[in-house]
Amino acid sequence: MSTPAASMYSEAAASMASELGLKKGKANLEVFAATVEELASKDRNVLAVVSDSRGSGKLGPFSERYPEQLIELGIAEQNLVGVSAGLASAGKTVFAVSPACFLSARSLEQIKNDVAYSDNPVTLVGISAGVSYGALGTTHHSLHDFAVLRAINNMNVVAPADNYEAREAVKAAAALKKPVFLRFGKAPLYDLGFEAEQPFRIGKARLLRNGGDVAFVATGEAVIHALLAAEWLKRNHALNARVLDVHSIKPFDTETVVAAAKGCRAVITVEEHLVNGGLGEACAAAILESGHAGCRFRRVAIPDEYTVTGSQADIFRHYGISMEGLAQTALSLAENNVPVS
Amino acid sequence: MTDEQLEYKSVKLRRSLLKSIKHAGAGHTGGSLSCIDILNVLYNRILNVSPETFFSPDRDRYIQSKGHSVEALFVVLADRGFFPESELETLCCYQSHFIGHPTRKVPGVEQNTGGLGHGLPISVGTALAAKLDKKEYRTFTLLGDGELAEGSNWEAAMAAAHYGLDNLTAIIDCNSLQIAGRTREVMNSEPLGAKWSAFGWSVSRIDGHDYGQLTEALSGPLKRGKPSMVIADTIKGKGVDFMEGVGKWHHGVPNDEEYGRAMAAFDTQLAKREGVLS
Ligand SMILES: [Mg+2]
Repeated sequence: MSTPAASMYSEAAASMASELGLKKGKANLEVFAATVEELASKDRNVLAVVSDSRGSGKLGPFSERYPEQLIELGIAEQNLVGVSAGLASAGKTVFAVSPACFLSARSLEQIKNDVAYSDNPVTLVGISAGVSYGALGTTHHSLHDFAVLRAINNMNVVAPADNYEAREAVKAAAALKKPVFLRFGKAPLYDLGFEAEQPFRIGKARLLRNGGDVAFVATGEAVIHALLAAEWLKRNHALNARVLDVHSIKPFDTETVVAAAKGCRAVITVEEHLVNGGLGEACAAAILESGHAGCRFRRVAIPDEYTVTGSQADIFRHYGISMEGLAQTALSLAENNVPVS
Repeated sequence: MTDEQLEYKSVKLRRSLLKSIKHAGAGHTGGSLSCIDILNVLYNRILNVSPETFFSPDRDRYIQSKGHSVEALFVVLADRGFFPESELETLCCYQSHFIGHPTRKVPGVEQNTGGLGHGLPISVGTALAAKLDKKEYRTFTLLGDGELAEGSNWEAAMAAAHYGLDNLTAIIDCNSLQIAGRTREVMNSEPLGAKWSAFGWSVSRIDGHDYGQLTEALSGPLKRGKPSMVIADTIKGKGVDFMEGVGKWHHGVPNDEEYGRAMAAFDTQLAKREGVLS
């Protein structure tokens, strides 16, 4: 036992980030709130609907500046989603904002029927997603959201990896006029760059680094750790790691993922989600069906066990979602000289 | 339309409802028969919706929370000209849009429903949108009495009163039965009036087969500043003598002999009413 780790990055990882010139940005949640406020300032039909979650959604300033565009429903997530569906059906641009753990579980039937099946264009904003709530425990973790939402027709599922993606995802979701789930954490994130070269588009993975030895296929707030691991592998083992940022879990960019499997000896998927039903399984299915399953394959995720207790940083490190952990996984796969098809 | 004309229409609607269910070999017979008078009044006296105005943002909204009574909704929509009645022959058929619960693939249907406890929250959303937009349209939703055990109804009940949604009217098709038996015995939701009043609603309890009472209760908000709850006491299976108040007709389909008897009774009633009307 030790005191909870406050930082998501070891000293080595933090200095690697600064050597790569990466700048620390804000928490995606703050970017979400600022972007929604910007949209609301231009269009009075833009609403944030909350379940006593304006504080945790960083919507305090929004509620003061646009009180008529913030709809409070109290601690009642089923009603939050049902009411949001009704508002959207009547022409409102609705962001339903609630902790991801409750939004994607307690109100799952409302998401399935009232939003997705009825095709009401609600943007469901899962805040403090994954293990953001750390030591608050499993009641407050959402490690099932990709799995359950992927299994619902007419849902779009997006997990932005940095502030740029968060901002673009909020705008894209509002413009899409379809059901969307956005997943945001509350830890400050590094800006990943490549905004001009690899613009954000729902359904299209972003290639953050090219390489032909191993491929990290990562999503959401785990992407940065893959990027740092790729640089560490280059410096210490002359291994070239590709890094794919799959912000869209659904629709899924099969083509880019399969290209990584074709072009690399090993594919390692990385996600802040249970190992079941998330990015890893989506990649496995895509790769197997493509006929390019000659690469080695490993899913780095939260295993199907009683989740270790601790801060988000502790949980990430414990399960190897860190520069060091991912580099180790890559080495163990790459050193195993499996012939490439 | 006079009460007599509406009552005549209700026999025709019940007849085509039973015909559709018999043809499909499936359907929620009892609950469709209990709520059809409510729908008849809504669609012919209250709602400002028609096939022509259905896509107007100012139309009234009707969201059927007790989605399983879809056959009642379908025959009323057909009668109002949303689609030809002959399409109901495809009820529950392969690739038909006319399935066992409302879907927006069917002209005139506002929302896809079927899971219970969903209609009221959605209706709170449309009513709230009308308030935000300062529009005059009203929202109506129909709930079953068994459905009230779903907790989401009570979340929405709180929110509707909190926002003073007097443009929202919920109706309970209170037929006192559900699949497993009498609602009072399965999960007692009474006293309904006191519950909804305590939640901040204005409540009226009426005979759900009385056209005068239905019209009066549904014509406007029961009280300014509060959502309206119309508890309509009804008889499950109403209009087919051997089905009335008998639980097994919840989703029972009549056999040929029963069907023949029911149709003959409808035809006798229609002939009698035609005599009165002419
Ligand atoms: Mg009932």
